[in-house]
Amino acid sequence: MAGIKVFGHPASTATRRVLIALQEKDVDFELVHVELKDGEHKKQPFLSRNPFGKVPAFEDGDFKLFESRAITQYIAHEYADKGNQLLSPGSKNMAILAMGMEIEAHEFDSVASKLGWEQIFKNFFGLTTDQAVVKEEEEARLGESKCLACDHFTLVDLHHIPVIQYLLGTPTKKLFEERPHVSAWVADITSRPSSQKILL
Amino acid sequence: MAMKVYGDGMSACVARVLLCLHEKETEFELVPVDLFACHHKLPSFLSMNPFGQVPVLQDDDLTLFESRAITAYIADKHKDKGTDLTRHADAKETAIVKLWSEVESHHFNPAVSAVIHQLIVVPLQGEKSPDAAIVEENLEKLGKVLDVYEERLGKTKYLAGDSYTLADLHHVPYIYYFMKTSHAGLVNDRPNVKAWWEDLCSRPAFLKVSPGLTIAPVTN
Repeated sequence: MAGIKVFGHPASTATRRVLIALQEKDVDFELVHVELKDGEHKKQPFLSRNPFGKVPAFEDGDFKLFESRAITQYIAHEYADKGNQLLSPGSKNMAILAMGMEIEAHEFDSVASKLGWEQIFKNFFGLTTDQAVVKEEEEARLGESKCLACDHFTLVDLHHIPVIQYLLGTPTKKLFEERPHVSAWVADITSRPSSQKILL
Repeated sequence: MAMKVYGDGMSACVARVLLCLHEKETEFELVPVDLFACHHKLPSFLSMNPFGQVPVLQDDDLTLFESRAITAYIADKHKDKGTDLTRHADAKETAIVKLWSEVESHHFNPAVSAVIHQLIVVPLQGEKSPDAAIVEENLEKLGKVLDVYEERLGKTKYLAGDSYTLADLHHVPYIYYFMKTSHAGLVNDRPNVKAWWEDLCSRPAFLKVSPGLTIAPVTN
């Protein structure tokens, strides 16, 4: 069997999103290193794996994918019977998961990634009202249940982990610390074995 | 009880959901939200969507927001009727539909919505002129995305394969508005993309939704 390959970089948040999902599902895989600083992701042969020139790209035998959140969802469904459950059964539960994943993708990630990027490589950039709304929303949801979409860890929580891990090394971490439910959730998701294993 | 969609048909994100409902031949009620009067920022609306954005869907005791989560829910709930928007019978096909939906979400949408925001929304707000630098920067990004689409659509009839899916549907409202601007050449100059767009906007579901897409851009 050809097995699973992830073409990416171990420091890339999008690559980490996929690696965490694979760890959660306890599935064997190979990480094929793409050297970002040499622009390997913008050249062939990588472009034939992802024409948008971004890591990660993914293979499961002959089956090829890109876009980290499409990959994690494929992994969660294809290996539903292995490792930890990352989904929630039933149409309405899956709708709440889908909504949570959209919120992470559209409301959280663009702002949080920019904050992380700016603060790691430049000076502290400042807080935005959008980020405050996200945090308030998460605080409210996490007051009602242990994880964002339901009472157990799912892809919605998983998708947040890589960017949060970077932000914890910056002054933005006080956004998490000043909200008790978010703070507990952050501690919980970043201490999972899968989250620890993918750190450099 | 029919599903309720809170919003206004002129919003691209609302239109995305309406298209899906029509493709799935599902009854619904459109509950108007006066966007110009900022009713989507009132506490009564924020209690449904704390991000203060349309659309919101209510289906019995389920309240959902984020248009692409709503379309996914509708497509799943009614997977056995209307158009097969997710290729749900095959896990790998489903993943390909999700992949190109992510492409729309992360590559196409940021560029096209930035252009539409400058050319349509900013003039409506009346206080400033469109920012030409933002328009130009995002037209360039959009062109690169459409180059990838041009190559893809040379191999498959639709983005995720040979049938129409959510991956195509999610593009429709913003492309419709974009084609009203003076930059429609980005689509028209790419034969595969142009043919794909002409197919998308000839679908019966689109013909029901397009009359609601009423706002017009400043041409520049």
